[in-house]
Amino acid sequence: MDLILVNLIDGLVTGLLLFMLSAGLTLIFSMMGVLNFAHASFYMLGAYFAYQISIYLGFWMGLLVAPPLVGIVGAAVERYGLRRVHQYGHVPELIFTFGLALLIEELVKFIWGNDQIAYRIPEILEGAAFSISSYDIPAYKVFMIFLSLGIFAGLLFVLTRTRVGMIIQAALSYPRTVEALGHNVPLVFMGVFGVGTALAGVAGVIAGPVLSTFPGMAFVLGSIVFVTIVIGGLGSLGGALVAALIIGWMTTFAKAYNIRMEDILTSLGFTKPEPVWDSAWADLWTLTSPQIADILPYLLMILILVFRPHGLFGKRDV
Amino acid sequence: MRTIVKRGTVAALSLAVMASAAFAENVKIAFIDPLSGPFASTGINGLHQYEFAAEALVNANGGVLGGQKFEIMGFDNKISPKESLIQLQVAIDQGIRYVAQGNSSGVANALTEAIDKHNRRNPDNRVLFLNYSAVDPALTNDKCNFWHFRFDANADIKMDALTDVMAVDDSIKKVYIIGQDYSFGKAVASAAVSFLEAKRPDIEIVGNELHPIGKVKDFTPYARKIVASGADAVITGNWGSDMLNLGRSIIENGFEGPIYTYYAAADGITAAFGETGKGSLRLVSEGPLNPIASDRAAEYVKAFKAKYPDGNVSQARITNVIEMLARAINDAGTATDVVAVAKALEGMEHDSLWGGKILMRPQDHQAIQDVHIFAHTNEAVQFDYDNSGYGMVVESSVVMASADAPTTCNMTRP
Repeated sequence: MDLILVNLIDGLVTGLLLFMLSAGLTLIFSMMGVLNFAHASFYMLGAYFAYQISIYLGFWMGLLVAPPLVGIVGAAVERYGLRRVHQYGHVPELIFTFGLALLIEELVKFIWGNDQIAYRIPEILEGAAFSISSYDIPAYKVFMIFLSLGIFAGLLFVLTRTRVGMIIQAALSYPRTVEALGHNVPLVFMGVFGVGTALAGVAGVIAGPVLSTFPGMAFVLGSIVFVTIVIGGLGSLGGALVAALIIGWMTTFAKAYNIRMEDILTSLGFTKPEPVWDSAWADLWTLTSPQIADILPYLLMILILVFRPHGLFGKRDV
Repeated sequence: MRTIVKRGTVAALSLAVMASAAFAENVKIAFIDPLSGPFASTGINGLHQYEFAAEALVNANGGVLGGQKFEIMGFDNKISPKESLIQLQVAIDQGIRYVAQGNSSGVANALTEAIDKHNRRNPDNRVLFLNYSAVDPALTNDKCNFWHFRFDANADIKMDALTDVMAVDDSIKKVYIIGQDYSFGKAVASAAVSFLEAKRPDIEIVGNELHPIGKVKDFTPYARKIVASGADAVITGNWGSDMLNLGRSIIENGFEGPIYTYYAAADGITAAFGETGKGSLRLVSEGPLNPIASDRAAEYVKAFKAKYPDGNVSQARITNVIEMLARAINDAGTATDVVAVAKALEGMEHDSLWGGKILMRPQDHQAIQDVHIFAHTNEAVQFDYDNSGYGMVVESSVVMASADAPTTCNMTRP
């Protein structure tokens, strides 16, 4: 029972982190139709910027300064790169962001090297915040939960309760009409791209110390972010949150419990071939849930695409 | 016009031939390991260690055979077995007779097979395989051949030493084994199970698990399982970011016992663990830096750090490879007849730069050497890793570990 509660908390942390990454991406995707392959690279930039700043000014200044820096880089990329490529259609955009992802990775390697870097959590957040029976819940995880919930609340407030949010929402659905009403839609796009990448930057700043900061960190998270927004529904912030949490809990529980395919298959009435390693189905029979935990989200995505092509909360087709 | 082009081509070709003739004086060693991609840091640091060892230990002393220099040539295999075979062919085509490789037993398995085949078909330009790091036991057992020499202690030998230490620790009652899901991870797990059963049948193995290699973002759920199992110690063969993330996750989620590892050091890992790993991390390896064996070894490390301030002498055995190869070439009196060199290497006893003896066991070409258990700490560290102040300090040693371990190797000799 205790372990279930602990796993719920762990899954929540994973899910919220994923949400912060996908929130920006889903806004960018739905607004501009840009499949931003470089989104996870901005996440990586966030971690590296924060590391560099934390050397001189400490973790907290890193948390404060790095995301806006990433946002500025993102806005510049939109203004001077994407906007020019945009007129040639979606394929050049795709290639542009793909190239950008590779470029950022090489740049990071060039500046900070290939190794893991020693980006650590601040001393004040080291150790356990509390423990449930014998399981420690690290203070840093509690901090991650509150920070990401705060950001979600802030985003929701801006998008639904302010004038800027209204314009963004309108530009999401009817960009031409909004433009005709005298709003500077390209500026809105640039702003959204900047804020979206800054959000990825925040995720990088707080995930860097726990998931380790190295040049491959963008690649590891790159594809799962797309899965999240497809499951949640494009352009839906709430959908991104729900999908991220589902993925977080699903993978955490699949790893935490050794559910064996053998047990499932025998309970379904199949008999185990003996000896199992000579059977053509050996791989299937010996499968355990931790082994497939990380591909479960992709399975879910396929199911969603088949049965609900516009995602859980989306209004448009993928 | 055409004749000019022809003459030009002829001139260029003859220049190229002359150039290669000029280099033929050198004994070239092909270093086939990842020099790009996610494992580039390990590969490049290894290349630097080779270049430095060749320069400092052989070339500075006048080379081999009265003046021939060692030359290390890097070939990027992107840690892919397929790419390695292409690079091997390139190296052979350049007339290289010695191939060094270490990262990934998957690559080593492919290379040893290809080299065996090549040497059977091309007796005129045979090559030797100097394996300095790939520790899959099969390479010196079922898959052994005359051309393959392993200078690192294999996974079984290391586990033998590790379990010797664990066996005398009465506080260990329950052990959790976790590793990456591929040949090496499986080899570590099965060795751990069989050695523990033999040495301490009372130890309960409360978990034996493999996870996808390089794909796990967050090890927290695994860490919870380990804590929940009530384990007193953890054994893992993980390396790279899988090692760092697993170790950190286990420690941060409240595990307090020792974590016995193979590769939890250098390449940024020591610095990233820092204070967190102190008191938990143990590592089994050869070639101690703390305490250092001799002034000569200390000078060597200092000179290396002076040349590569960001590098680490993380694979001490590389100096053994270079020194033993140089001796074998001198003993054989030839660098081109690799059969003679291999015969000189077989059974060679060598005083390692890092203290202790190395015996290249003739029956399976496995180097028998002292194996040490290190602790990750910042106390009594003379030579740290990653310039972090933290390093690996010897806790206990097994002299000539597994010298009489059986082997299933049955090699055919030329």
